[in-house]
Amino acid sequence: MGYNIPMHTVLLKVTALFYLVGALAYLHFVFTLNERSAKIGRMLLLVGAILHGTGFVARYLVAGYTPITSLFESLSFSAFAIVCVFLAFELRYHLRVLGAFVAPLAFAFSVSAAFLPGEVRALAPALNSYWLPVHVILLFFGNAVFAVAFGAAIMYLLMERELKRKKLGAIFKRLPSLDVLDDINYRCLTIGFPLLTLGIITGSIWAEYAWGSYWSWDPKEVWSLITWLLYAALLHGRMTVGWRGRKAAILAIVGFCAILFTFLGVNLLLPGLHTYTNLSG
Amino acid sequence: MSEIVIVGLNHRTAPVEVRERLAFPADTMGHALRGLRERDGISEGVILSTCNRVEVCVLSEQGYKGVEHVKDFLAGFHGVPIGELSDHLYHHLGEEAVRHLFRVSSSLDSMVLGEPQILGQVKDAYGYACEFKAIGPVLDKFFTKAFSVAKRVRTETRVANSAVSVSYAAVELAKKILGDLTDKVVMLIGAGEMCELAARHLLSAGAKGILVTNRTFERAVHLAEEFDGTAVRFEELASHLKRADIILSSTGAPHFILKREDVEAVLRIRRNRPMFFIDMAVPRDIDPDANEIDNVYVYDIDDLNNVIETNLEERQREAELAEEIVVAEVAGFRRWLDSQQVTPTIVSLRRKFDEVRQAEVAKALSALGTADPKTRKVVESLASSILNKVLHSPIASLKRETDGRSPMEMVTAVREIFDLPEEEAEGMPEAAERPPEQGGNVGGQ
Repeated sequence: MGYNIPMHTVLLKVTALFYLVGALAYLHFVFTLNERSAKIGRMLLLVGAILHGTGFVARYLVAGYTPITSLFESLSFSAFAIVCVFLAFELRYHLRVLGAFVAPLAFAFSVSAAFLPGEVRALAPALNSYWLPVHVILLFFGNAVFAVAFGAAIMYLLMERELKRKKLGAIFKRLPSLDVLDDINYRCLTIGFPLLTLGIITGSIWAEYAWGSYWSWDPKEVWSLITWLLYAALLHGRMTVGWRGRKAAILAIVGFCAILFTFLGVNLLLPGLHTYTNLSG
Repeated sequence: MSEIVIVGLNHRTAPVEVRERLAFPADTMGHALRGLRERDGISEGVILSTCNRVEVCVLSEQGYKGVEHVKDFLAGFHGVPIGELSDHLYHHLGEEAVRHLFRVSSSLDSMVLGEPQILGQVKDAYGYACEFKAIGPVLDKFFTKAFSVAKRVRTETRVANSAVSVSYAAVELAKKILGDLTDKVVMLIGAGEMCELAARHLLSAGAKGILVTNRTFERAVHLAEEFDGTAVRFEELASHLKRADIILSSTGAPHFILKREDVEAVLRIRRNRPMFFIDMAVPRDIDPDANEIDNVYVYDIDDLNNVIETNLEERQREAELAEEIVVAEVAGFRRWLDSQQVTPTIVSLRRKFDEVRQAEVAKALSALGTADPKTRKVVESLASSILNKVLHSPIASLKRETDGRSPMEMVTAVREIFDLPEEEAEGMPEAAERPPEQGGNVGGQ
């Protein structure tokens, strides 16, 4: 950390606080069903996201390239994308309870970012391309949509368990119907899968320019493919055999774990061409 | 001193034989309310009559004596010897009466805690009292307030939130499993009162249509007509099952009519669209193991009863919160009631005019400029004597309490005419002319 931390880094780091309090407000809402808490939670996430977006724009202007290259930036941008996608879903479905499942996730990403060095560094020559923003933003928003699906899937499994056990308690009262939760799973899939696919395709085209080959079986590529196949299987199962409910929820959770591994695990554990974003930078 | 009095009986104090003798059918309400008002010392009255309770609420000009007047009225009107009644009747005065009506309207005194009908019944009672001009400003404000307390209890606590009857529990579960019911189809297998009731609730909750089947096809046709649905032959049950999202079953069959494999097969055809089976039959119609299939939920009668029991326990807990609301609201209403008494009214009447006097005198004196002390004195005494003379007759009539009008009516009139502040009574609804349906706007205005 430098002596003079630039404004945009402060903005990116301080949003963790907004997401934390927002997540707490949503959790408070889930426990007490106090509508005001949900409103406060949404407001905090919204303000946080606006500051966050501003921070990224400022950083872009300072750095001169799309600042989603270091691990700090990637984690931070993930949180931003998750909050944006959640707010869009909340606007559409009024599913405030979802906030209690998704907002903590956004907080987890942003707070882990906040502990990483955040200085702007010179861009690796291979990354200097117009493909960078396209590839990265598509994938990150795809991941964020799947994060929402993950939250809805957890809610589905909790709710299903109560209904199967016939002991209807707090969860039954608070969560939306299985039908709505399953619908979110499907919606997320139909939005997230194209984003993921396009993200991989643009990455592959970019790889042809940068590394001279569309596909080089780099660990990140392999794991993206695994993730893609998982979601492809889910989408296919839903559309043809009528997979839904519990099975779809479990696959959405597995899929999101694959995303997390592709995103973080690969960088930290499996070195490869994509390793621009390890802990040291 | 005038006092609010409630005399009544309910399902806890009187058996149905007594309650039915004291009930007031709707067509006798006009006659009864007129009879009540004609009694001595009763200036306002409202009669609430439901199958679980009869309550007569009056504004009594003679305090406790009003209780006897109302008991006489009840015995006289229904021709029941008063001795037979007195064991079953309870009475509440003043603050206790306020508390009682607030609790009754909020369904805290109901047989099924939190049941929603009682508020409508209290509103009806108020409606009759308005229609037959038995109500005056005090009870008007009292009942309007009771409606807003009930609304507050309903919105701020979960006392009426969860289903406490089998058929409502079925609807609640169906909504949590299937979401929006408007595109869902109900199937009724066999005929049982509880199933039919649940089917009715599901339809009024929006379910799209209903299939009816029965071992005797004629019976199915008959029921289908009643529900505006489609009759299905029992032998063809399996082929129609795939259309049904919610299945209500209560046949007299000695064994399962749907085994786990049957349900699995149907679900495959439905491409796993969820199914909710409600099995009200004993012995059971549907293999409980089917509940283990993904996207299939099977609830039998015991499961539903358990749901209801937990819900009732929750209501009990919420009722404690509701009682706290009632306590606070009673205190607020008490303050308003106190301000409606003669003495505080005279005090605030004087205060108000005195403020006018002081302001006008000050204005006059400053216009006169440097007037000599004598002129000042003349101006001041002029103002005081006008004030006293003007106030003399309103105050005298307030103190007189005669000509058959209730002093409260007089007090309310005086307060209204002179626009006296109700600072002691914050939290009162603005009142009288507002129809009860909009009684909303709870709490501090």
